[in-house]
Amino acid sequence: MDAILLQILNGLDKGGAYALIALGLTLVFGTLGVVNFAHGALFMLGAFCAVTVQKILTLSLKVKDESITFFDAYKEQPYLELWFGDFGTKIIDWSVPISIVIAIPIMLLIGLAMERGLIRHFYKRPHADQILVTFGLAIVMQEIIKSFFGANPIPTPAPEIVAGSAPIGVLLGLGESVVYPWWRLIYLLFSGVVIFAVFAFLQFTTFGMVVRAGMHDRETVGLLGINVERRFTIVFGIAAVVAGLAGVMYVPILPPDYHMGMDFLVLSFVVVVVGGMGSLGGAVAAGFLLGILQSFASMNEIKDIIPGIDQIIIYLVAVVIILVRPRGLMGRKGVMED
Amino acid sequence: MSDDKTNTSELSRRGFMKVGAAALTAASMPMFFTKDAWAAKEFRNNPGNAGTVKFGFNVPQSGAYADEGADELRAYKLAVKHINGEGDGGMLNTMKPLSLKGNGILGKKLEYVTGDTQTKSDAARASAKRMIEKDGVVMITGGSSSGVAVAVQGLCQEMGVIFMAGLTHSNDTTGKDKRRYGFRHFFNAYMSGAALGPVLKQEMGTERKAYHLTADYTWGWTQEESIKNTTEALGWKTTAAVRTPVGAGDFSQYITPVLNSGADVLILNHYGKDMINSLTQAVQFGLRDKQVNGKNFEIVVPLFSRLMAQGAGENIKGILGTTNWNWALQDEGSKAFVKSFGQEYGFPPSMAAHTCYVQALLYANAVEQAGSFYPPEVIKTLEGFKFDGTGNGPTEYRAEDHQCFKDVLVVRGNQNPTSQFDLLNVEQIVPRSQVEYDAKIFGGELGPYEV
Repeated sequence: MDAILLQILNGLDKGGAYALIALGLTLVFGTLGVVNFAHGALFMLGAFCAVTVQKILTLSLKVKDESITFFDAYKEQPYLELWFGDFGTKIIDWSVPISIVIAIPIMLLIGLAMERGLIRHFYKRPHADQILVTFGLAIVMQEIIKSFFGANPIPTPAPEIVAGSAPIGVLLGLGESVVYPWWRLIYLLFSGVVIFAVFAFLQFTTFGMVVRAGMHDRETVGLLGINVERRFTIVFGIAAVVAGLAGVMYVPILPPDYHMGMDFLVLSFVVVVVGGMGSLGGAVAAGFLLGILQSFASMNEIKDIIPGIDQIIIYLVAVVIILVRPRGLMGRKGVMED
Repeated sequence: MSDDKTNTSELSRRGFMKVGAAALTAASMPMFFTKDAWAAKEFRNNPGNAGTVKFGFNVPQSGAYADEGADELRAYKLAVKHINGEGDGGMLNTMKPLSLKGNGILGKKLEYVTGDTQTKSDAARASAKRMIEKDGVVMITGGSSSGVAVAVQGLCQEMGVIFMAGLTHSNDTTGKDKRRYGFRHFFNAYMSGAALGPVLKQEMGTERKAYHLTADYTWGWTQEESIKNTTEALGWKTTAAVRTPVGAGDFSQYITPVLNSGADVLILNHYGKDMINSLTQAVQFGLRDKQVNGKNFEIVVPLFSRLMAQGAGENIKGILGTTNWNWALQDEGSKAFVKSFGQEYGFPPSMAAHTCYVQALLYANAVEQAGSFYPPEVIKTLEGFKFDGTGNGPTEYRAEDHQCFKDVLVVRGNQNPTSQFDLLNVEQIVPRSQVEYDAKIFGGELGPYEV
């Protein structure tokens, strides 16, 4: 029972990350019709917003270790700690949550610049061209990050107060051994809030209504005198913000490195395809479904019966779903079928 | 008449024997006494009378181990400088015995080309093949993965070019997959286990239950086996040994089962990014604050480096493991290398840089000593070669499996670093005698000298 509860939680928090990344990907595809292979790089850029904020907050006074003469070795003391004492330490400790506030405008700007500067020139080009140009863009972005930050992962911890585990077993009467990391629970909650906010924005605002109408019939909405393109540009910006926030929040779980976007890219495409190309609800449902399946497939009891199942489960399920429902779980007719 | 005939016949035979013996002696003399005599024997990429000779540095320049690869490349460039007589000479001042004269190799200036392994076996083989066929290198060296080392070593055996492995820790590299043309200076998983065993016993006792998370490839498998053998010999029980995909990123689905497994030690047979991620996540799951079976839960990382400690941050503090070398060692060889490297690049070398630097020197020295680039002669010179002054105490390239035997370091993540590089504390320098084993236990065949 304990093991099952833990794997469900684990699947949900994995699914939350998959759903957040896939949501932005499918939003861009559904509105602009662009297959954006640079979406993983936006996730990575979000993560590096957190790294940059941490580096700024930990700018330090360097005291040289005189015993080492062949190179410069320093003991570092952050200026914030020197100037503000414990309060400075607290600010550094909260660098990841602080990064969220800073990442929103930065990711929005990156998204808008990307769409206006490059992607819009490929709207009418074949999907193969879109894939090539966005994939190339992703490689350029990750190499830029590598040249600044190196290839090694950079530790970016969560605030001390939520760095440990929540005693959920005690709360549920299951015993002390059932614990789950606070930050993963926060991530699950955060992904739920962001997903809800995106849906609410599209469902309950005039802007969202126009976007949804544009997704169904772009030409007609344009003929009504509405500038759909401008709204779609903003949608691209929103997708970049969602991917960036997913990245910022993920850094305490996975110390970021320049390649982390690519690691998630294939997985998030599988999520989008399983959910149904262009379907927001499908992406979210598939994200959680695949997260939970992956989690359960990694249990020793399951692996004892089918060795290696944990490494193929996602792709196996994707094959089965596409065979049974070629448009994915909630895919619409006519999308990517021309 | 008949007498005459007889006499003629006897003289003739004797004369033939004399002339034959003289001719044979004359023919074989240059092979033993003339410098570079084996050059007459044709072999792949024979530099012949050229004034230069090339090494091929096959290191990860992209992918997860790019930082480690960059450090390997820095060390190789330094080795080239020192072999050519430039710079301060580094370990050429401390290595004994030394045949190199600081004028290149056999008077030829050393040059190099580089390849990117991408830490993928197929990419590594392709770049090694390109350097052998197109660039004409006499030796391939480098790498940060056992999968890559085994693959490139196999290729080098087929092509008759010596491979001086970089960072590879799997027992298989000099065990079941050993090759006549492959040599490893780095230590291996068996040695890590043998070095760690007594320290684990002293710190954690003999009644422990261990849970292994293991990278699912040659290195992970052999490390798991070696550490299991060591801990079970101490009296520990192995609760589970779970294989995890390389580059999984999020290991939480493999860590949650540990919580209720009854295990009180988690052994992470992961390296690089995988180790950084799995350790970070294990700490988040509260494993280091946990009490199981009345004991503090412990995490052990049998192999780690300073670069990995940097990525793991606070989480590595206090964690036990082993390493091949550390820049803070105070022997003359280490000091000479750290000085050269530090002055050249502004920071200390990693253990990957160290092993690569030493490998380049060892090959060059063997050629100089053999008086030839002819691979079978260089191999014979390296086999059983005993040397000192390269940072690991007295060392031997064992002839039976081409594995270097030397002291091993047991390290612990530093709780109170004095600088950004002071991340590992050397807890013990375990003597070579404690980590030695019979070459037969891992099987394998070296293969022929001539290919």
